[in-house]
Amino acid sequence: MSTQLTSPHIAASFAPMSARRLLIFGGIALIAGGMLFGDIFAVFVLHQNGGQTGQALLAACEAASAGNSLAVKEIFQNVGSLLEDHGTKVDAHVHMTDAGYLALLLALLQPYVALPPKRRKLLGGLFVIGGLLLPVGIFLIHYVGVAYSPFAVIGWASVLADSAGALLIVVLLAEAYGLWRFLRRGSLGGELELPIDRTWERRALMAGGAALILLGFLYGAWYAGIDLYRHEARESQILKNMLDAAAAGKGGTVVEVASYGSLAAEKAVKIAAHSHVIEFGLLAMLLSFVQPYVYLSDRWKRGWVLTLLAGSIILPVFVLLEMNFGLVAGGIADVGGLFVIIALVGMLVGVLRYSGHLDASGATQ
Amino acid sequence: MSPARTILIVGGITLAALGMLYGLHYAAFVEHQTLDRMGSSLAQAFVHAAERNPPSARDAVDAYTSTKYDYVRQVDIHSHWIGLGMVLIVLGVAFGQVGFSGRSQIWIAVALLAGSFLFPLGVILQTVKHGAVFAWALAIFGSATVTIALAAVVWGFCARW
Repeated sequence: MSTQLTSPHIAASFAPMSARRLLIFGGIALIAGGMLFGDIFAVFVLHQNGGQTGQALLAACEAASAGNSLAVKEIFQNVGSLLEDHGTKVDAHVHMTDAGYLALLLALLQPYVALPPKRRKLLGGLFVIGGLLLPVGIFLIHYVGVAYSPFAVIGWASVLADSAGALLIVVLLAEAYGLWRFLRRGSLGGELELPIDRTWERRALMAGGAALILLGFLYGAWYAGIDLYRHEARESQILKNMLDAAAAGKGGTVVEVASYGSLAAEKAVKIAAHSHVIEFGLLAMLLSFVQPYVYLSDRWKRGWVLTLLAGSIILPVFVLLEMNFGLVAGGIADVGGLFVIIALVGMLVGVLRYSGHLDASGATQ
Repeated sequence: MSPARTILIVGGITLAALGMLYGLHYAAFVEHQTLDRMGSSLAQAFVHAAERNPPSARDAVDAYTSTKYDYVRQVDIHSHWIGLGMVLIVLGVAFGQVGFSGRSQIWIAVALLAGSFLFPLGVILQTVKHGAVFAWALAIFGSATVTIALAAVVWGFCARW
């Protein structure tokens, strides 16, 4: 079993109901929740939604080909709804995960935030609440629409999401103010510095995470340089070909719609690979700081670290391979995502065990 | 706190706050209207095709493409500033473990911060004038700077393994 519990410094840096503890629990829970939502979305919604959008586009082509502009307008209302359904679910996943990352970051910064403990705890609580309400609001946009809203295009769910986003900004600005006070006057109530150790888990997560982020940057640069403009030009050309064929009332729109779907899938997998490898790199680095609080045996701790790093590579690589190997690669990518979630929950259990032991033994008193 | 860590942490928080403020402004005042414009341009293109008017249909596709060009970059600046801000903060907290001297650390921190600010700025400036060389060059310079600096950090972590 890990011997960290005996260190009074580590125990003191993880005081019960402190801002740091709140932000670490809330942050890991938000990240795990956001990833689980993303995995469920990828398996049960993403492909079905893409298929429905393709069918609607094909129906629009057929309606245009038949000269039925009224049907075109009706179909596009449906396309708009499908795109909103897709977009809000992606956004809910991204914003919940990112709010979790920010919560963990704020937990790291607590020693440098020169504000009274009560205020830091309040800010931590507000941040976790905002991080939860923002994705919930985004998720509801598609279902609530503009019902009972006094605005033309902004519904109540958007108002909830925007308010939660504003709350996050206010908390971040308050934390920045605390940091500014620290830099000007030195510590005024900040928590203890995080314990500095150089365990295998910590080094593996730190170096592995930084390498993953670098890999993501390089791939992003490659995508922006080689694919982005080509994709934009291709999309425009496919749409024009599709409309020319429809306006002439001749065949060929099926092929163009298929090309459009294929292009959309190519763009989606490349952007997903880029963003996921960077996010997982950031997550690995963040979790390296949490390792002293993971109260598990060294064997289990290393197991979770390896599981997390393996999942962080498997998901983006197999997302990319989806273009060549279809759903098989997609399934393996989802398993990679599951690896990350399981490792994350495993570490969260370790942190919960640690806090339970700490509180039971009164080590932080 | 060392100067390099201060640069990264303060710069990272500022960048993240900037990205959030931009995102909030964009979501409240621009995004809905932009999505509406994109959707209506595309629908209009198909309506023109149904009316057997290919030139107008092509013009509507061009309008859709132009709006989408802006939309992609406007969303990118929001996500990249926040994402890069978070990376800077984490690196700031961990910078003590990078095996470089204090002076080198400061240079790397400055390069990381400058690249993280300039790269998304170059991306958003591309929406002012489509295909502008200056904006394009700024984005490339910023992304190259931040990537090289990050490679140095990875090297620094591995050097102290």
